[in-house]
Amino acid sequence: MTRKPVLSVEQIDKQFVLHTQNGAILDVLRGTSLAVSAVEIAALCGPSGAGKSSLLKAVYGTYRVNGGRILVRHGDDTIDVATAAPRTISALRRNTIGYVSQFLRVIPRVPALDIVADPAIEQGVTPDDARARAADLLRRLRIPDSLFKLSPSTFSGGEQQRVNIARAMAAPRPLMLFDEPTASLDPENRATVLQMIAGLRDSGTAVLGIFHDPADRKTLGARDIDMTTCGREETVHA
Amino acid sequence: MTTPLLSVSSLNKRFGTTIACDDISFDLWPGEVLGIVGESGSGKTTLLRSIAGLIEPDSGEINYRATGGEVDVHLMSEPELRRLQRTEWAFVHQHPRDGLRLNVSAGANIGERLMANNWRHYADIRTEALKWLAAVEIDEARIDDLPRTFSGGMQQRLQIARNLVTSPRLVFMDEPTGGLDVSVQARLLDLIRSLVRDLGLSAIVVTHDLAVARLLSTRLMVMKDARVIEQGLTDQVLEDPQAAYSQLLVSSVLQV
Repeated sequence: MTRKPVLSVEQIDKQFVLHTQNGAILDVLRGTSLAVSAVEIAALCGPSGAGKSSLLKAVYGTYRVNGGRILVRHGDDTIDVATAAPRTISALRRNTIGYVSQFLRVIPRVPALDIVADPAIEQGVTPDDARARAADLLRRLRIPDSLFKLSPSTFSGGEQQRVNIARAMAAPRPLMLFDEPTASLDPENRATVLQMIAGLRDSGTAVLGIFHDPADRKTLGARDIDMTTCGREETVHA
Repeated sequence: MTTPLLSVSSLNKRFGTTIACDDISFDLWPGEVLGIVGESGSGKTTLLRSIAGLIEPDSGEINYRATGGEVDVHLMSEPELRRLQRTEWAFVHQHPRDGLRLNVSAGANIGERLMANNWRHYADIRTEALKWLAAVEIDEARIDDLPRTFSGGMQQRLQIARNLVTSPRLVFMDEPTGGLDVSVQARLLDLIRSLVRDLGLSAIVVTHDLAVARLLSTRLMVMKDARVIEQGLTDQVLEDPQAAYSQLLVSSVLQV
C-alpha cells in the first residue's frame, strides 16, 4: 500500500531580495522537492547555508516562496502553503503543522508552565488538562517543578530549548518540524528528546527535521534528504 | 466558513491637501488581533479613528457585523454609533487622559460603562469594578481615588479596565503601551494578551513598536505614506518582509 504523503514540496524557489543592501539577491532554495509521509522521520542534510532552516520556515509559512508548491494534508483537504491566505495558515498551524525553532520566544512575565500549555489550550484542551500535560512533559525533560511558575527569560539555553520542545509535544500535530532540537542539550536530555520524537513518529506523525549529529539520525532511523541535490538524493538509516 | 467581523473597503481620508489614508481595504476576522505598524505620520491613527467612527472618512465603506446584524459604520445615526462604541466596541487611547474621566473616581470610571450597558444596582457595579481593578492589578483600596492621583501605568491599566469591563467584541488600541517604561509595558502587554485570549475578542492595535506588534498580533499591516504596502501573518512580515520599507523597518530595530 502506498501512503499519500502528509507533506509534498514540489520545485520550490526562495529568493531574498535585500532592498536595504543595494538590492542584493540571495537564492536560498532552487527547485527543491521532497515528500514526508506519516509514521516517518525525514532529516534535512547539508552544510550550513544549504537552506535547511529556510525550507522548514517555508513549510511553516513564515517564508513566502517565489515558486513551486508546498502541499500539506489538512484533515480531508490538501492546502498549498505557498498560496494559502494568512487565515488558512493560522488554522494549519493550530491543528496540522507544529514547528520547533531553535530558540524559545520568551514572553515577559508568562510562566514556563503556561508557555508549554498554550498551544494545547488553543486546540481546545481545557486549561487544567493542558497544564497537567505540560507539567508531565516538563518533568520528563528534567525541568524542576520549582521553575514551572517562573518566566523562562532567566533559564539556561538548554532549559529554554527543553521548554520549547515540551510546548510542541503538548500539542502534537500530524506534521512536526524540528530545527536542531538537540543542539544545546546534555546527553541524558538529548536521549529523552530523541525518544519523544521517535514516539511521535510511532503514533503516526510525519516528522521533518534538522539533526546535525549523524548518531541522532541513526538513533531515529531517519531518512536523510540531501539539500545540496535539491532533495533528489536520499539515504535511509536502516 | 465564517464571515469577517469587520470589512473595510476603499477607505480614503484627506486633511486639506495631505492624504492620510489612501484607498485602504482589509478584513478583520473574529478572534484576530491585527497590528498596524509604520512610522509616525503614515496614517495609522487616522485609519484607526476612521474605522472606530471617531472621524469621518471622505469615502469608503466600513461594514461591521454587529450582534443585531451588519451595519455600515458611517451610515449609522449618531445615537446608534455611540451605543455601539459604548457596548460592542472599546477604544484604548494612547494617553489615558483621553480615555478616562479624571475628575471621577476609579470605580466610577469602570462603573460608567456598566451603567451604559443597563447595569442598575450599585452593589453589583461596585463588585464588578473591584473585580476589574484586581484584574488589571490595581490595589482595590484605590477604588474611590481619582485617577489623576495614579501613575501613568496605573492610569493606562484603569483605562483598559474601563474599556473591557463590558466584554466588547472589538477593541481599538492606539499605541496602548506608548510612553510607559519597559517593566510597566511588559506587565500591560501580558495583561492585554491574556484578556484578548480569555475573552475571545478581536482587536486592531496601532503601534510603531515591532516588539509590541509581535507579542500581540496575529496579523500585521505595514503602512507608509497613507497606503498599506505589505500585510501578512506577523511572523511572515517580520521574518520575511518583502517591501523595501518593511525591510528597513525590521532591520532598524535595535537588538538588546
